[in-house]
Amino acid sequence: MIHWSVYLFRNVYKRVCWLFYGNRLPYAYRLWGANTMKRVSVKEEACIGCGLCQVYCTVEHSKSKDPIKAYRREQPRPISRVRVETNKPQSISIRCQQCKNTPCVTACLTGAMTLDKETGLVVHDAEKCIGCWTCIMVCPYGAIKPDTLSKIVVKCDLCPDREVPACVANCPNEALVCEEVTQ
Amino acid sequence: MSKYVIIGGSAGGIGAVEAIREVDPVGTLTVISEETVPQYSRPMISEYVSREATLDTMKYRGDQFWKNNNVQTLTGRTATKIDFTKKQVELDGGDKIGYEKLLIATGGKPFVPRMEGGEKDGVFTFTELSSAEGIEAKLEHSKSVVVIGGGLIGVSASEALVKRGITVTLVELKDNILSLILDKTASEIAEKVLTEAGATVITGQTVQRILGKKGNEAAVGGVVMTDGKEIPCDLVVVAIGVIPRTELVKETDMKLNRGIVVDRFMRTNIPDVYACGDVAEAHDFLINGNRLLPLWPLAHLGGQVAGYNMAGKKAEYEGGTVMSSLKYFDLPVIAVGNVNPEDISDYEVLVELKPEKTVYKKILLKDGAIVGFIFLGDLERAGIFFRLLKNHVDVSEIKDMLLSDDFGIVTLPEQLRQEMFVVN
Repeated sequence: MIHWSVYLFRNVYKRVCWLFYGNRLPYAYRLWGANTMKRVSVKEEACIGCGLCQVYCTVEHSKSKDPIKAYRREQPRPISRVRVETNKPQSISIRCQQCKNTPCVTACLTGAMTLDKETGLVVHDAEKCIGCWTCIMVCPYGAIKPDTLSKIVVKCDLCPDREVPACVANCPNEALVCEEVTQ
Repeated sequence: MSKYVIIGGSAGGIGAVEAIREVDPVGTLTVISEETVPQYSRPMISEYVSREATLDTMKYRGDQFWKNNNVQTLTGRTATKIDFTKKQVELDGGDKIGYEKLLIATGGKPFVPRMEGGEKDGVFTFTELSSAEGIEAKLEHSKSVVVIGGGLIGVSASEALVKRGITVTLVELKDNILSLILDKTASEIAEKVLTEAGATVITGQTVQRILGKKGNEAAVGGVVMTDGKEIPCDLVVVAIGVIPRTELVKETDMKLNRGIVVDRFMRTNIPDVYACGDVAEAHDFLINGNRLLPLWPLAHLGGQVAGYNMAGKKAEYEGGTVMSSLKYFDLPVIAVGNVNPEDISDYEVLVELKPEKTVYKKILLKDGAIVGFIFLGDLERAGIFFRLLKNHVDVSEIKDMLLSDDFGIVTLPEQLRQEMFVVN
């Protein structure tokens, strides 16, 4: 646990930052990571339902990172953390929205789902997960997927190895945006 | 003297500690727990018995949880009395702790009916680590077990024991197993899966008395069913249900029904005293009233809300309802709300059954809103339905789409969809 004085100092620092920069948060402030977090949002009007986000998500979360191998040879088959829903002419790409009230974290039976206070992200620990599906029951977006082979759940991790998540980087119509939002 | 005192160190107590520390990092905080490992996940004791989890992996929070949150823990201690006027909790051994804010999160205890032979060696319950350890110690010399109660705990116990190669007989008094959670169709599928896995399911009957072993009357040797039939077994697991542990506050001014009655802020009728979890009767958003709901996620949520309010941050409990997800015997099921109404004519029922894929979906609507659903086999979008049910959303316009494979957030009316993607 971080000492309470650090919280206090951070708060003062935050106020000073706002005073000088307003919305344009300085790098040092972001580096501290206490107040902004990444989030992927979708522009409904730009989504054409091509499903490439699903493909790139699957590949990114495969062992080989190669589309053909990932789809045809890899066992267990990697699972996309993204779902494209279509209701013509509308389509939309769904993934974990990193809710602030974190229903999945509260409901988790084992402590596998946690909220990282530093980054504001909801993190899933595959080692602790027993696949009880409780998080799936309470996720308002239906964004947590059951991996029926490994008997655990999977969810969007915002591609930790990449600066911009794979789905966003490869969206042909720029319907997906990765934004920094204040926590 | 401690600013915050919490009786109970399981889901509710832990939720409260986290919430209090979010608001007040310095106020003194004491947790009283009867168990010596207070932070383990109770639903995982079936994993412990089946040897899929160890004591270490079944911890709900890390070893340093209490230390990191600056909590004084009194483990292996029992609170024996609460003096609401002096604001003191009395412990076994006579120690007294004063409090400013008190949370009662004592949980529930397994209900064990009086039964001839119930005191014999080899009769266990299945809600605590100590009982799991007791079963574990006996398993080596046991071949068969009778599980009394075909609810969630009974089925989870059966799964664990089947996985350990024990012959399991599951006994349920009602006509179907999991009758509080599932409807007849889903329950029959579950029963089939259990039978295929090697368990024997007996419904419509219960155990009349427990017999002793030949040559050792003190140990379990078998059971006698209501119809007089004898089933030999080495162990008996009683999993009929849990009842709130209200003994601490009996004969006080505290408002009790079956559990401690709390409002939407988890407050009891006594100032500065809160309650949550299996011991409390809290809000149910479906019936819009108070109800006992002994479920782990709701205990944690209630603890969080109580913690915020204790530390001075106003928080409202959104409530829960009958909500279960099952994974036992590799049969994924999510069932929420009222799926077995007494008078079906008031409801509109949407059903999809694909036996070849073991997929069954049922949605019950009343006055245009979802009041219950069962998803068996295909769970992925169940959470969307849970939200619609919780918020009493009128779905009559999109009714025809609900069971379609294309159903999703995209199917929801535009306004609802917009609401969901507003940064919250």
